[in-house]
Amino acid sequence: MNVQDFVERIKRGDRRILAKAISFAENGHPIAKEILRQIYDKTGKAQVVGITGFPGTGKSTLVSKLVEEFRKRGKSVGVVAVDPSSPFTGGALLGDRLRLNGADVDKNLWTDERVFFRSMGSRGRLGGIAKKTGDVVKLLDAAGYDMILVETVGAGQGEIGILEVADTAIVVLMPEMGDDIQVNKAGILEIGDIFVINKSDLEGAENLERWLSFTLSLDSSDSAEKGSANAERWRKRVIKTVATRGEGIKELADAITEHFEFLKRSGTLEIKRAERTKMMALEIAMEEIRAEITKRCSNLLLDSKDPYTIAERILKDIIKI
Amino acid sequence: MEKIRVLIAKLGLDGHDRGAKIIARFLRDAGFEVIYTGLHRTPQEVARAVIDEDVDVLGISILSGAHIPLVPRVLDFITQYGGDPNEIVVVVGGTIPTEDIPKLKACGVDAVFIPGTPISEIIKFIKQKVAEKRRDNL
Repeated sequence: MNVQDFVERIKRGDRRILAKAISFAENGHPIAKEILRQIYDKTGKAQVVGITGFPGTGKSTLVSKLVEEFRKRGKSVGVVAVDPSSPFTGGALLGDRLRLNGADVDKNLWTDERVFFRSMGSRGRLGGIAKKTGDVVKLLDAAGYDMILVETVGAGQGEIGILEVADTAIVVLMPEMGDDIQVNKAGILEIGDIFVINKSDLEGAENLERWLSFTLSLDSSDSAEKGSANAERWRKRVIKTVATRGEGIKELADAITEHFEFLKRSGTLEIKRAERTKMMALEIAMEEIRAEITKRCSNLLLDSKDPYTIAERILKDIIKI
Repeated sequence: MEKIRVLIAKLGLDGHDRGAKIIARFLRDAGFEVIYTGLHRTPQEVARAVIDEDVDVLGISILSGAHIPLVPRVLDFITQYGGDPNEIVVVVGGTIPTEDIPKLKACGVDAVFIPGTPISEIIKFIKQKVAEKRRDNL
């Protein structure tokens, strides 16, 4: 099969070919770049929603409920669920899919023709997503999925990689994860457009909601449109859910849709996406530069002990900067 | 070397997955990407997951005694959904009576691992067989 066949069949919604193309992208196969280049004009219709948060807060269960809710609303849904790869063996246990509702629940999302679920190992990349997650999202987008949900690795305080792919960022929290100082720390809590307090039937949910709402009311760096003084602002939401029982899911889905409407209306979507395209281009270029330098420096003479001098020589002699 | 992706599946009315979880863990440590389906999946669900996740290996763990009707159904659905079960390595593990092993192999299963099989043997088999299939599928 050539590139053109792949492109045609992905656009036509052939899921087996889509699945193969995703593997090529994940493995950095040269054909993937050509496929991505050619499908690129078909992308941009989907709303990409990132779901991040600490391990065990219920991200995968929320994803399953959101898929179900968006399907009820007539949307097709693609999911990319990232779990950590071992830094020692490269192996991974990808355990997000098993939370997806199957035949044992009323709506079977496993066999739904308009749901595509793909598990990914982070493969050495830090920040909560894999290096190729962005490419996988583009492939799903080109295949025509209306909503694309990206679930990150259980994230700590500083992992904000999801911003590289998501139009809308959801940060999932649960009660008893800390006090009002924790909610005011920099990092992951700055990136949410929507905050979810899952397992909100547990004690402590009200406190967390109060702290979060107060913190957000102080927020001056809201997602205001860059370069425009009177731009409309997005009012960040706090939504309480009990994902296992489906509570709060409708409200969450509404907020997700409202956020996309806001992004489109205010022009923020275009700005955000242009910025991401630039970042992605830089990333692709950097990757090639890194590979080239590594290749050229394979026989590097260690004539100096300190790394600074060696690096300087690499820059001067080898790359002639 | 491309990463080996494995789907570990539990089918039907079979509530015992300690073995499946242990295998998943050992395969993870062997450097594979392992997706576990969780309990009570239908043949359709497993077939769909095989295609969407584009796995190299399907490992079915089964302790219920229903391997003869269930395993071939999974392979049939893979075909029905536009996939090709011959492209992947299919292994079955669990309490399989010896006389059923040839029957499973006849319908496309590459290996059956009964209780007591050393994990190193399973890993070696998977690595060898995946390499073979990848050569054939080129």
